[in-house]
Amino acid sequence: MEHMGLEPGRLHFSWISSAESTKFVDVAKKVTEEVKALGSKDKKYVKSKPKVA
Amino acid sequence: MTTYIDKIKEISKRLLRDGKVDMVIGFRKGSLPMMNQPMFARNEGDVDSFVWDSSCGVNLANYVTDRSERIGIVAKGCDSRNLVVHIIENKIKRDQLYIIGVPCTAMIDRHRIAAMVPGEIESIEENTADGTITVKGEGFSETLNKADLLQENCALCMHRNPVIQDEPVADPVPEQSPDDVDRYAKVREVESMSPEEKWAYFDDLFSDCIRCYACRNACPLCYCPTCFVDESKPQWVGKSIDPTDIRTFHFLRAYHCAGRCTDCGACVRSCPMGINVRALTKKLEKDCLEQFDWESGLTLDKRPPLDVFRPDDPEEFIK
Repeated sequence: MEHMGLEPGRLHFSWISSAESTKFVDVAKKVTEEVKALGSKDKKYVKSKPKVA
Repeated sequence: MTTYIDKIKEISKRLLRDGKVDMVIGFRKGSLPMMNQPMFARNEGDVDSFVWDSSCGVNLANYVTDRSERIGIVAKGCDSRNLVVHIIENKIKRDQLYIIGVPCTAMIDRHRIAAMVPGEIESIEENTADGTITVKGEGFSETLNKADLLQENCALCMHRNPVIQDEPVADPVPEQSPDDVDRYAKVREVESMSPEEKWAYFDDLFSDCIRCYACRNACPLCYCPTCFVDESKPQWVGKSIDPTDIRTFHFLRAYHCAGRCTDCGACVRSCPMGINVRALTKKLEKDCLEQFDWESGLTLDKRPPLDVFRPDDPEEFIK
């Protein structure tokens, strides 16, 4: 994904066991913070609505 | 290279005559110049239509998927590697195949040649003795060096000789080594870009895509009964030519080829818009080589990297 131009830090991979609830919370917080910091990039990752309805 | 054809015909006829195979898959002249077609010869008479020249870029491994017959198949280096992939993935049995190995002297790039001449190409003549190709059309005739016209993947190819075969049609051709040619120069170029530049690069690369799926259909790896782009329940990817949908299609298709792609160039060759689809698969090939020391389709004895678990798999990206 990074090769295609996704910024490092927008995509995260983690291994969390179902027993590791605290790790899940930590990771979720960290991911949302980091992705928010990167911003929306003019919504280029979101499909635009068709111009003709 | 055209001298190979007599040997290909001789072997094919013998196989059919002796009943060793039910058919031989080879090439016949296409209806357009530089577009030789796959052909299934079921009797000795059919074999007379076989041809061999520098326009036999189609990957014939694509045509043996899930077949039940005994098949003779004409195979270049890349076709033979894709046959290995097919055998490993249980798409055909080794003993169903009689592989007629063709040491390949590279195929020509139809997109590049079409862009070099002023009009529509009507005929192509190849002179193997001096390595030239004469391109003719209405009002022009140009003689070009074959070496300047190669498909990019052929120019970078390290496995021109079949890796698996039952009978060769000629002595092996000299192989290129990674020291002679830099296979991954273009990949590194993209790797060194900033995320914005990368994004723009691929936006531009895929901007002409018309979602015809010729790349998928020409690819010997793309044999799923229903491709993810054709699924409707659930619909994984939008069907439009919105840049997001196009990118999703190419990105996912490339990923499905990770550790399997032999860089045969069938996708690029088949693309009516001349898009370099290999830009994605070549990156995956490079990663496989660097991280798993893996080149696909070279041996029947090793399982591909995505098929095995190793405790020492590189996984720095998992946090």
